[in-house]
Amino acid sequence: MKNKAMEKKNLQVDQPDKGGKLTLKRRTLLKALAGIPVLGVFALELSEKRSYDLEKKSRIMKDLGLDNLDVPVLRPSSGVKGDLLRIGIIGFGNRAVSHANGLGYMHPEDVENRTLNGTLEDWLLQDDLNVALTGICDVFDLHAERGLATARNTIRAGGGKVFDLPVKHYRTYQEMLNDKDIDAVMIATPDHHHAPISAAAARAGKHVYCEKSPAHSEEQLNDLYNAVKNSNIVYQLGHQVPQSVIFQQARDIIIKDILGKITLIETTTNRNTADGAWIRHLDSKGNPKPGDEKTIDWDQWLGPAPKVPFSIDRFYNWTKFFDYDIGLIGQLFTHEFDAVNQLLRIGIPKSVVSSGGIYYWKDNREMADSLQCVFEYPERDLTLLYSASLASSRSRGRVFMGHDASMELGDAISITADGDSTRYRKQIEAGLIDPSSPMVSFNPNLGKIDAVTSATEKYYAARGLTTTNINGRQIDVTYLHIREWINCIRNGGIPSANIEMAFQEGVTCLMAHKAYVEKRRVEWDPLNRRIV
Amino acid sequence: MKEKYVYNPLQMTMLVIMRFMIGWHLLYEGFSKLLIPNWSSFGFLQESKWILAGFSRWVLAHDNVLNVVDFLNTWGLIAIGLGLILGLFTRIAAISGAVLLLLYYLNNPPLIGLEYTVPSEGSYLIVSKTLIEAVALVIIAVFPTSSIFGLDMFIKKFRKSKNKIEE
Repeated sequence: MKNKAMEKKNLQVDQPDKGGKLTLKRRTLLKALAGIPVLGVFALELSEKRSYDLEKKSRIMKDLGLDNLDVPVLRPSSGVKGDLLRIGIIGFGNRAVSHANGLGYMHPEDVENRTLNGTLEDWLLQDDLNVALTGICDVFDLHAERGLATARNTIRAGGGKVFDLPVKHYRTYQEMLNDKDIDAVMIATPDHHHAPISAAAARAGKHVYCEKSPAHSEEQLNDLYNAVKNSNIVYQLGHQVPQSVIFQQARDIIIKDILGKITLIETTTNRNTADGAWIRHLDSKGNPKPGDEKTIDWDQWLGPAPKVPFSIDRFYNWTKFFDYDIGLIGQLFTHEFDAVNQLLRIGIPKSVVSSGGIYYWKDNREMADSLQCVFEYPERDLTLLYSASLASSRSRGRVFMGHDASMELGDAISITADGDSTRYRKQIEAGLIDPSSPMVSFNPNLGKIDAVTSATEKYYAARGLTTTNINGRQIDVTYLHIREWINCIRNGGIPSANIEMAFQEGVTCLMAHKAYVEKRRVEWDPLNRRIV
Repeated sequence: MKEKYVYNPLQMTMLVIMRFMIGWHLLYEGFSKLLIPNWSSFGFLQESKWILAGFSRWVLAHDNVLNVVDFLNTWGLIAIGLGLILGLFTRIAAISGAVLLLLYYLNNPPLIGLEYTVPSEGSYLIVSKTLIEAVALVIIAVFPTSSIFGLDMFIKKFRKSKNKIEE
């Protein structure tokens, strides 16, 4: 009974009038419309919040001069228009697999794996470069066979043609360079071969795409420089990082002087795995990788390096030994230097000091696993710092430190205003800019890292070394770097990692290595162009 | 529309306030997605764990499906928010809202052993704010208020008068 009474009260039953039409009591109507004022307040608050956000954003962006910063667009390749280029790969290890993929070729097993993990499609969408992979040269039969199978696979990216050209297996690089049926070569050998093969290729009139580091000694570097300078070939050093879209934005930020005066740049390497420390003679199951004296041409592998008995350790883990490369400086600082040099054109430093040691990976290595190098550019009022650890993966970015703001540049950009900035003082005081969190950040990847499996690969991805996101598609930066090289071969022009950049990088790295080995401050003599 | 209301005024008021607030929240969630340029559920689905992870992968692998999901999500939230605030088709809005929130919850439930790269904004063990909000919407659906405080009143009147005429 009580319930019924309440119901009656709540419902405020309205009586139909005589004609059967409904009449509503005013009170009932108002109750029914109770949501309208709530919605009104909501609309008001929404528009206020919106204009506040927009104004804040546009004020910051305008103050920074970034209001006209565009999302980079991938330009269609003009490379496909040119004549067919016949390319040979010298050294078919891990890195050459990326080169072949960039050219539009893939090993059947990799096609299968990438079909399974769903990343094949991005590769298949890669534009065709109208190139034929017609030559493979490797001192190890197994690697050569992988290269040949890759070159012969009929599944091509971008609808590339399957050419009716023989794919040749060259026993020596000299054979390949002497072959008139090769137009250009890609070099992905251990580092001590880079400069001699590149120089010989330049003299033979073959275009060169060579992995870093450019040279293993000052003599090699000078010889390479002269050989390329006296030829008409296009030389591109394998620094794919600045092909990332993020670099176009970083360049814009530098040009617009968002950071103020930059006096310190910190570059780092942070790895903590055996693979990351170049212990690579075991496969993922812990079994020794294949290879012996019968299948590996050891004399040719050693090349200009001192003669030593065959060693599977040296073959797979060559990075550990100074006879074949210059350790962290040659392997990873090269990328850091190129990234900085592409943005700021710092060139060769006046002086370098290095220090470090073997503190964790106490095997037979010569390369340091903890290394710090300091490069001074007094004419630019700038210090470049490189700090590397192979025993801690604590993430330290690549940071450009300016008086007004700092920029961390990896696969994303984040710019944080300096609390003591002169330029942004007003905005900081007004609460428009918060120096405790990034004021601008660009992340074309939305935090996604695709198809990366090992820690080393994640490391590369975080450093922008693998792919870049353009219009929602993952584009291989190595492909973009190769494409730039091929465009320059066909249409003229100077590639980004050209011989001048390679020379500056080569000298800088050799200075740092000399400083580490000789335990002294090393300087550059610009008049005589030599390290002293 | 045969529900009988037996709430005292305080109960009624609190139920209506709860309805308004959840409506407000979902409406703003919808609008904020609409207003962020290039907003996509990509990042959220990328993080998906547990029983809906496979479904999320499938959505992510198909650009057109992802676009549809983004569209439905944004406009679904707006429609549900409007329904709850205005009290229009409130039961449908509340149930759809609960289902949507449950989908969010099932995509990244705070279960023991599931780790997410993006930290959540609170501390949760199994029960999260999303789950509570979903349950609150079920409460709104089973304790209706909209035929008094809402446009559903007109629908009810319309039906009632229709019945009367047919009699």
